[in-house]
Amino acid sequence: MKILVCISKTPDTTAKIAFTDNNTKFDAAGVQWIINPNDEYYALVRAIELKEADPAATIHLINVGGADADAIIRKALALGGDEAIRVNAENPDSFGIASQIAQVAKENNYDLIFLGKETIDYNGSSVGGMVAELLDLPYISLATKFELSGTTATVTREIEGGEEVCEVSLPVVISCNKGMAEQRIPNMRGIMAARTKPLKVVEPVAADILTEIAAFSLPPAKAGVKLVDADNVQELVRLLHEEAKVI
Amino acid sequence: MSVLIFIDINEEGAVKKTSLEVLTYGARLARQLGVAAEGLVLAPVKEELQALGKYGVQTIHQVQNDALAHFDAQTYTKAIAQVAEKTGATVLVFSNNTDGKALAPRLSARLKAGLVSGAVALPETGDSFIVRKSVFSGKAFADIKVITPLKIITLNPNSFNIEEGEGVAIVAPAEVTVDAPRVKTISVNRQSSEVPLAEAALVVSGGRGMKGPENWGILEDLAKALNAALACSRPVADAHWRPHNEHVGQTGGAIAPNLYLAVGISGAIQHLAGVNRSKVIVVINKDPEAPFFKAADYGIVGDLFEVVPKLTEAVKQLKG
Repeated sequence: MKILVCISKTPDTTAKIAFTDNNTKFDAAGVQWIINPNDEYYALVRAIELKEADPAATIHLINVGGADADAIIRKALALGGDEAIRVNAENPDSFGIASQIAQVAKENNYDLIFLGKETIDYNGSSVGGMVAELLDLPYISLATKFELSGTTATVTREIEGGEEVCEVSLPVVISCNKGMAEQRIPNMRGIMAARTKPLKVVEPVAADILTEIAAFSLPPAKAGVKLVDADNVQELVRLLHEEAKVI
Repeated sequence: MSVLIFIDINEEGAVKKTSLEVLTYGARLARQLGVAAEGLVLAPVKEELQALGKYGVQTIHQVQNDALAHFDAQTYTKAIAQVAEKTGATVLVFSNNTDGKALAPRLSARLKAGLVSGAVALPETGDSFIVRKSVFSGKAFADIKVITPLKIITLNPNSFNIEEGEGVAIVAPAEVTVDAPRVKTISVNRQSSEVPLAEAALVVSGGRGMKGPENWGILEDLAKALNAALACSRPVADAHWRPHNEHVGQTGGAIAPNLYLAVGISGAIQHLAGVNRSKVIVVINKDPEAPFFKAADYGIVGDLFEVVPKLTEAVKQLKG
């Protein structure tokens, strides 16, 4: 079984969000970069668990980005992938990223393609569906459980107000949600092994550009909290009813 | 030329609330562009579709095909692409809900149509087509320029007010050619009596300050009095005090209700990322230094076990 896990580089969850170049670029000054948590905690760790259950399985990691992504790719390898591929393309849109991943996937015939439900920076939730469509594969999004029996996968996915269980034959593309697996910390053996695992850099194929970022902006600052005395909850209800008009 | 709006139907055959938001949004966009507003229904539905005309849509294309009885992203994509082509749609509109997140990217790749997911406002449609979306988990906006002739937008739930007017839609049967889905639905487990969290206008949420799952009764009472949905913070879900689908935050669900009432939640930045698009935030916490107060509109510093039952009584009094 061959598994591909897509890894995105995102700012740390506590990073200050600011913009430069006339509000057209994210200000990366002083930002700590991490593996997108949805890719790491859910997609990658579940893939590692599947390999632990089937040692013949291989895990490839893919990232579409510049050389500054190498550090987070090595960290992902320390957690468990066998080898990594970085497609050397800077700042493509979602479709550009999906096109590069689909190209690599076509050459390698993966049984499973895993990725996080969304990146925590652009919140697009787009790349998985695009990759599935480009490869003409089934796509199950927001998966919270994934079990494999032979070449049949039983997958639980989130729906509004509940969940749905479905069955699909491999190959398939899965976007991974909380519940799939639990976060792991790389151990020293993993970190040492990651240094010598292959990280192949390939040049991008031509891809259409469908969207561009025109500008970023920040939401207006909150006016500040209005505190109500704990002995006077009626006042809070009055404010919510008459001032905020939400109840 | 038209704006084609995907009308999402739940397992019980009812039109989802988020569909009313996208119908209103799509109809407004169609008026702005001077084109027709049309709806599309693929799933079995028990409601009268004509009545959806009051949200501003003139025609609803209804496909009835056994292969579409259950949602499957691949099969639905093929069906939507065929209807979009036949009707000459120039913009496709979805909710950024679970189904929309699966469909819109597939259609974007299939039709080479630029996608803006998580839109929070109507597009600017002068010389270029620019849509504002939420990014960095609600901490910023990005204005995305779509440069393809066909455009796709998914609208964030609870970010556009539903408007009802007069009007009756024409329901037009539509045919599509699709194979049986490769994904087979085995079971659906849905709390149909409760408001889905993502669609809820009011949300009551509990954190570690609740001290244990056995104490959730006071939050359930408050939620019931308000007709609110329940949510929780990550430590609560990780400790299995509450189910994972109630977890909101960076790695849980992102919500944007009118009211988010946080009880015993300190307000870590990762939690705020899931709720900072809420219109009004109320924080109840015994620690006046809890960071959540900085992001709140209203707050009470006090013992939640005393404050919450009193609040429930005060809400009941208000509602008479």
